[in-house]
Parts: sequence; structure tokens; C-alpha cells
Amino acid sequence: MSDDRKTLFGRADEFMNLFKRGAEFSKELIAENERLRRKVLELEQHQTFAARDDGEWDKLRGELLMRIESLEEERSTALERLHQLEEENHQFARRYVEVEEENNNLANLYVASFQLHSTLDLSEVVKIVIEIVINLIGAEMFAVYMLDEKTNRLEAVASEGEAAESFPKVPLGSGIIGSSVESGETFCGDPTGSDDFAKPIVCIPLRVQDRPIGALAVYRLLQQKGSFTPLDHELFTLLAGHAATSIFSARLYSQSERKRNTIQGFIDLLTK
Amino acid sequence: MSATHRILIVEDSPTMRQLLVFALKRLKGAEMVEAQDGMDGLRKVSSDHFDLALIDINMPVMDGLKLIRLIRGEDNLKQMPIVVITTEGAKEDCERALALGANEYLTKPIQSNRVLQVVRSLLKVE
Repeated sequence: MSDDRKTLFGRADEFMNLFKRGAEFSKELIAENERLRRKVLELEQHQTFAARDDGEWDKLRGELLMRIESLEEERSTALERLHQLEEENHQFARRYVEVEEENNNLANLYVASFQLHSTLDLSEVVKIVIEIVINLIGAEMFAVYMLDEKTNRLEAVASEGEAAESFPKVPLGSGIIGSSVESGETFCGDPTGSDDFAKPIVCIPLRVQDRPIGALAVYRLLQQKGSFTPLDHELFTLLAGHAATSIFSARLYSQSERKRNTIQGFIDLLTK
Repeated sequence: MSATHRILIVEDSPTMRQLLVFALKRLKGAEMVEAQDGMDGLRKVSSDHFDLALIDINMPVMDGLKLIRLIRGEDNLKQMPIVVITTEGAKEDCERALALGANEYLTKPIQSNRVLQVVRSLLKVE
């Protein structure tokens, strides 16, 4: 067989294969078309029967009603969840405000406590007590009393709003200040202010264990401060303990320093 | 890491300075510089850049009102936000400070969340 004839037969085979594939594809298309046509017919018949048959309509209506009912249920569940989420949001917002307030209070208490124990100098400790009372409590007129153990009387050593000398000396156990120091109980009265030095609006006894050290008496709050807050009461408690300890430590330190200097003086005298 | 916001605190009371630093530490990327009176504050604000200044009114050496007047007299400091801290609720002090160029005022006793709120608003940060 010549080469030309071989090529010709080869091409004829290729053409035949192509034709067969085309025929198979056409058959598949016809079958698919037939299937779809049957499906459409089936649906049309179904609809026609449904339209004719009341039972079928009832069934359809029932199915639709059930679906509507289930959607209503889903809707009410979703609404309920939405309300729950809104309530949770409100709760979170309230909690956030509370946490912010607690943060603020803790910051104030931390700073007050830190400052009170930052020095062993008595005048510095008193200055810090004054700063705390002005800046953190917001008092306009107040006095820091110290107990003179010899006379058993409380004497104002530092003050704000009036000179310390203006405040009377108070015997321990007498009046609001004396009684508060003796009993160790904080007195908290009407925050509107008092011009009577014997009647402070707040008296915080300063005590170390059972030993009275002095007192902090507040007579008037700053103009913008209308009343006491929960933080103020926390600060009163903190001052009652920490300010007293700081004053006590500073006094002991000052006494021991004096004694050390005296002894050192004697030693120097003997050795030189 | 460099600070996003540099804040100058001019206040003579160490207790107040510590409280303000404590409050502003919650501001991300903030760096606080402390000055103990008006003169110290003026030195620091003249030699360094600050995004905001918190200034107490009642201070020794140089009070807050004088410091604000001097700051606002400098061309490069005219835009720096200033928050004034005052003990008295009296309007006079606050009005004088605002007239001199302060942007906001805070009255004692100081609430750290209020400080943070005012500073955030002036620095336009979340």
C-alpha cells in the first residue's frame, strides 16, 4: 500500500471516531431532554391534580402553615435572644462603670498608702496626710490633732482653712474628737459643714493597735463636693490605720535618731 | 519603644503627681514627665516636645496661671492642649485659666477616670 493511501485511511478512521463521539453526545442530549420533559410534565400533572384535589391543597396548606409556624418560632427565639443580648450589654455597661469606679478607688487608695509610707520624716508624713485630705477626700477645712501623752490632750499640729492655733486643745474622751480617739471609732456626721471647732463633720481617730496617736477632724468639704462617697469611707479607714502607723514610725525614728546622735556624741567625747 | 503621647504634669504635690501618672498610665503609649512647680514646668516645656500639659493652679515659685500665660506666649506652644487642675470649684479660677488659653479644667478631688476621659478627648484617642 502506498503512503498516500495509508494517510487517507487514517484520516477516514479519525473522522469516523469523531462522528461516533458526536452521535453519542447527541443521544445523551436527547435522553437528557426527554428526562427534563418528563419532569416538567410530572410537575404540571402534580399541579393540575393539586388544583383539582382538595385533599392535596389541604396537604400543601398544612405544610405551608407548619413552615410558617416554625418560622414564627424561630423569629420569637431570635427576638428573645436579642433581648437577652441587649440585657447582657446593659449588664456589661453597668459592670464596666463599676469596674472603672473600683479602679479609680484602688488607684487613690494605692497612692495614699504609698505616699504615707514613703518617708520617715514626721513633718513630711503630716504634709502627705494634708495632701490626701485635700486632693483625694476634697476637704476645705480640717485639722490634724496629735495626742500629748503628758497632758492627755489632743492638740492641732497642722491644718487647712484656719491656722492650727485656732483649733482648741481637746482632752482625751471629751467631745466628738476626744471620744472618737478614745473609742477608736470614726465619727461621720452631716457633710454640709461646721464652723464649730468642737463639732467636726468627720473625725478619724489615729491609733496604732490600742494606742491613741491623734485624730483628723474635717470641718468643711470643698464647694464642689456635696457629700461623702464610698471611696471617702475607704480613705477614712486607710488614714485611721496607715496615717497613724506612719506618724508613729516617724516619731520613733526621730527619737532613735536623737538618741543615736547623743550616744555618738558621748562616744566621740570619750575616744577623742 | 517611642511614646505616642508625651504628657507634662506640673503639680507641686507628690501625691497628686503620682495619682495623675497612675491614671494616665492606662493611656496606651503615653509617657509622663513630672515638674514640681511652674518654673520647672516652663523649663521642661521649653526644652522638650509635649502633646499635652496638666497644670495645677496653686503652686509655689510660679503658679499655674502664670505658666499658662507664658506657654501661650510661645508660638510653637499655642496649640498644645492644657488641662488645669484646681482645688476650688470657684468659677473665677477656671474662667481665668480658660481665658488665658487652657482647654479644660479638672477640680479636686481628682477622679482618675475623669482625668483619663478629658486627656483622651483632647488628644483625640480612643
